[in-house]
Amino acid sequence: MSFVKGRVVAGYGNMITASFETNVRQNEVAYVVTGDQRVKAEVIRVRGDQCYMQVFEDTRGIKVGDVVEYTGDLLVVELGPGLLKQIYDGLQNPLPQLAEKTGLFLKRGVYLDALDRATPWDFTPIAKVGEAVEAGSLLGSVPEGIFTHQIFVPFNFIGQAKITWMANPGSYTVAQTIATVENSQGKTFDLNMVQEWPIKIPLKKYDERLLPVDPLVTGCRIIDTFYPVAKGGTSCIPGPFGSGKTVLQQIISRYADVDIIIVAACGERAGEVVETLREFPHLVDPYTGKTLMERTIIICNTSSMPVAAREASIYTAITLGEYYRMMGLHVLILADSTSRWAQALREMSGRLEEIPGEEAFPAYLQSRIAEFYERAGLVRLKDGRTGSVSVIGTVSPAGGNFEEPVTQGTLAVVGAFLGLTWARSNARRFPAIDPLTSWSKYPDQMRETLDKIDPEWIQMIKDAQKTIFNGSEVRKRMDVVGEEGTSMSDFILFLKSEFLDAVYLQQNAFDAVDAYNTMERQVYVFRTIRSIIRKEIVPKDKDEARNLFFRLTSLFRNWNYSVWDSEEFKGYEQQINQFLES
Amino acid sequence: MREIITKIKEITGNIATLHATGIGLGELALIQSPGKSTLGQVIRVSGDLVALQVFGGTKGLSTDDKVGFLGHPMQVKYGPSMLGRIFNGSGVPIDGGPDPVEEEIEIGGPSFNPANRIIPKSMIRTNIPMIDVFNSLVVSQKLPIFSIPGEPYNPLLARVGMQAEADIIILGGMGLKFDDFTFFKRVFEESGVMNRVIMFMHLASDPVVECLLVPDMALAVAERFAESGKRVLVLLTDMTNFADSLKEISISMEQIPSNRGYPGDLYSQLASRYEKAVDMEGLGDITILAVTTMPGDDVTHPVPDNTGYITEGQFYLHHGAIDPFGSLSRLKQNVVSKTTREDHNDIMNTMIRLYSDCRESRNKIAMGFKLSKWDETLLAYGGDCERELMDLNVNIPIEEALDKCWDILGRHFDPVQTGLKENLTKKYWSDKAKIQKAA
Repeated sequence: MSFVKGRVVAGYGNMITASFETNVRQNEVAYVVTGDQRVKAEVIRVRGDQCYMQVFEDTRGIKVGDVVEYTGDLLVVELGPGLLKQIYDGLQNPLPQLAEKTGLFLKRGVYLDALDRATPWDFTPIAKVGEAVEAGSLLGSVPEGIFTHQIFVPFNFIGQAKITWMANPGSYTVAQTIATVENSQGKTFDLNMVQEWPIKIPLKKYDERLLPVDPLVTGCRIIDTFYPVAKGGTSCIPGPFGSGKTVLQQIISRYADVDIIIVAACGERAGEVVETLREFPHLVDPYTGKTLMERTIIICNTSSMPVAAREASIYTAITLGEYYRMMGLHVLILADSTSRWAQALREMSGRLEEIPGEEAFPAYLQSRIAEFYERAGLVRLKDGRTGSVSVIGTVSPAGGNFEEPVTQGTLAVVGAFLGLTWARSNARRFPAIDPLTSWSKYPDQMRETLDKIDPEWIQMIKDAQKTIFNGSEVRKRMDVVGEEGTSMSDFILFLKSEFLDAVYLQQNAFDAVDAYNTMERQVYVFRTIRSIIRKEIVPKDKDEARNLFFRLTSLFRNWNYSVWDSEEFKGYEQQINQFLES
Repeated sequence: MREIITKIKEITGNIATLHATGIGLGELALIQSPGKSTLGQVIRVSGDLVALQVFGGTKGLSTDDKVGFLGHPMQVKYGPSMLGRIFNGSGVPIDGGPDPVEEEIEIGGPSFNPANRIIPKSMIRTNIPMIDVFNSLVVSQKLPIFSIPGEPYNPLLARVGMQAEADIIILGGMGLKFDDFTFFKRVFEESGVMNRVIMFMHLASDPVVECLLVPDMALAVAERFAESGKRVLVLLTDMTNFADSLKEISISMEQIPSNRGYPGDLYSQLASRYEKAVDMEGLGDITILAVTTMPGDDVTHPVPDNTGYITEGQFYLHHGAIDPFGSLSRLKQNVVSKTTREDHNDIMNTMIRLYSDCRESRNKIAMGFKLSKWDETLLAYGGDCERELMDLNVNIPIEEALDKCWDILGRHFDPVQTGLKENLTKKYWSDKAKIQKAA
């Protein structure tokens, strides 16, 4: 391979300035040759006869005069069978394979194939010789775990072509040719099962984008019932540290009813990813009965790994998601945390000496955030099926203050906002999603689907939200006038809202049963709670009222902890019904 | 030594700039002034200009001082003869002993491959109930102690250091007062653990650049010891001084500050240090406990704020006690009720919830409201909790502390008021206390 050559002119932090011989492209990948290592970098600015590059690794030892090789290609990911179950860094290096090669620590300048070249796949051809094809046409399929992985003509294939040869059914590796096509100019191309796509360009080879109308069930009551997310929708979870973002993300990654989960651990703790990657191979997916790992890809660029690769990691994740969406699958991207990605942008912007915006974030922060979230969506494919990419991104606002640029930039583009607060987490009310400030735009959008659950469902939710709101108003008043100055009816209202909070909004993520509720169970339990809230209660005094709700709360908690439809479950239900009838 | 340059072109803050070629980023230089010498590190190259960050400070540096390049980045000595020794921020012994003859290793090495990490499953006992019961410390955890200046954070750090089971304790002091330095030295010597302690000490009067090297040296040495199968506890105090040094350097490098003058990469800088905490499968491990003083008791200050996002929880030190609110050990779920007793998880949550309710009742008193019976129960409960569990002087093993929790609950509540699961209250509810109450 021949490269355009250049030389290092200057270096500071992870930014290198270099000369080039002929031409360079913005965002192309280059390698800096230092000693016996080749270190990956990306061109981020061209100015005169020099270009600025962000280096994806430690720049230690790089000297003025070191050779730079420009590849001419943008930063790409490999797409093909074998992505599932993998653990990649931000540049799609498979981490377990790196560990085999370089030992305990990551070594600079070692890059491996994202897709294993030796694994055989059971290929079934679908397209026939003589068929006309173009980018994204279906060639065949291979089974990948529980999915049928479709093999397409590369999405970056230009123009029309005709199939001149098709492989027989059988076992092939990703690099082996499975079809040969000839384009209108008579040029032939050998196609295999692996293709590349630049991560910063959305993969849009579908028919059209649709409005998301189906709920994405996460198993978390407060989200699914009160602030739902749609399949193909976006939502963000901002929260200060210690408010339970990570536990919430982990719960969602386990129980969300989608086909594929892509966890993008972007600039966060390595320890958190470890739980996912060590436990998923042993946890059973509640939908398929297989292990969770079978439907998971982990992109892991943790906080101590190079910053520039962190910036790329979030795009790597969503590109893989878009690829599986092309197969008619529903994909959920969990991006944790988009603030770290924004900080990576800020670091580079600072080194480029750009004029800073608020809190030194670059002025283009908002548009980059919007670009990213807009890559989510429900789409109709060319063959009529639908597929979706949903994004749930966490935000780590400095000081837990939602007024900061990343949170605000995100709120402007997402469909649901699940705000975590210290007030709730300090009171151990988990998940610490604040029911008073959170919102979701999806219930109205999904009205038709939700009406099928119960024509009154949306109204019931609105009533419950009102109870919570009124209860908190009473509470505020009570803080001023005291319990003795509060009327009995207000006091009962307050106790009812506390009860709803305690037994429905709060959920024990560490209890095997309570951690995850099916929609069926949520609807069932919620109806019962509604009956309690609507029931007229006339206690003797406030202490009696309080004790009554203590009993109810304890009863419902135990109900939540018992297995759906078990004897225990029915036992508690009976006690609850007795109360309702009394 | 490869090259001698005798003309320093520019000196600003702690940065010296000179003409040199063939110099790599991060390379070390030796600057010799008449009568003294100091190290510097290359932080920027541009054409034939090289910017050096001078560890010993630029005070008194002359434009005709000799600069030689060493051809390698900053290194630190590593080996068994380091134990019991005290070094400064440049790795030079300051205890009067000889320079140890040991292998030299690079500092600030690459990141641990996440795929090699394992889920830590063993608890580190400290016999402090506020840690053991409510926020258990786990092997390979990184935990800061958030504190306002004046709280007994250094004694707490020293106590945890002495009582925790670790083969090697590495203490990194940054911007330490001389009194604190002697305090640590005395405590470790008197308790007889000094023979497994290594100290890297940057005193408040030392040059600011050396402060930046302390955690890197401490952690590079810790990493090698862990690789050789040792269980290492790294104690760092105080990381706010470290961050302030970063701020000083980055401003003198004319970087655009992001928040209150701190550089935009503060998070990454802190993370690359804290993330060295690791449990190496089949080998040793590194646990980090670090003090972060919060200027003005403000947890939203950039240093504690960024730290909180990196570390696996935090201890708040307020009024001489570990605050049950806000304090958090993220890894405790790996051990709570798994390696500890089955009731640990539920009792921990219930105690805190009730204590939080008690605090509300106290607010009511402050506002002059009439108290309900429930409020009075909570107040009595809160008082007992503080006396018998939260006081930092309580020194009991976790099993005893859990029994104490049941005892306190039983004294004040009926099982149903606690919201605890029935199967637990049946087994552990303390009837003894109930009888006492009746009597």
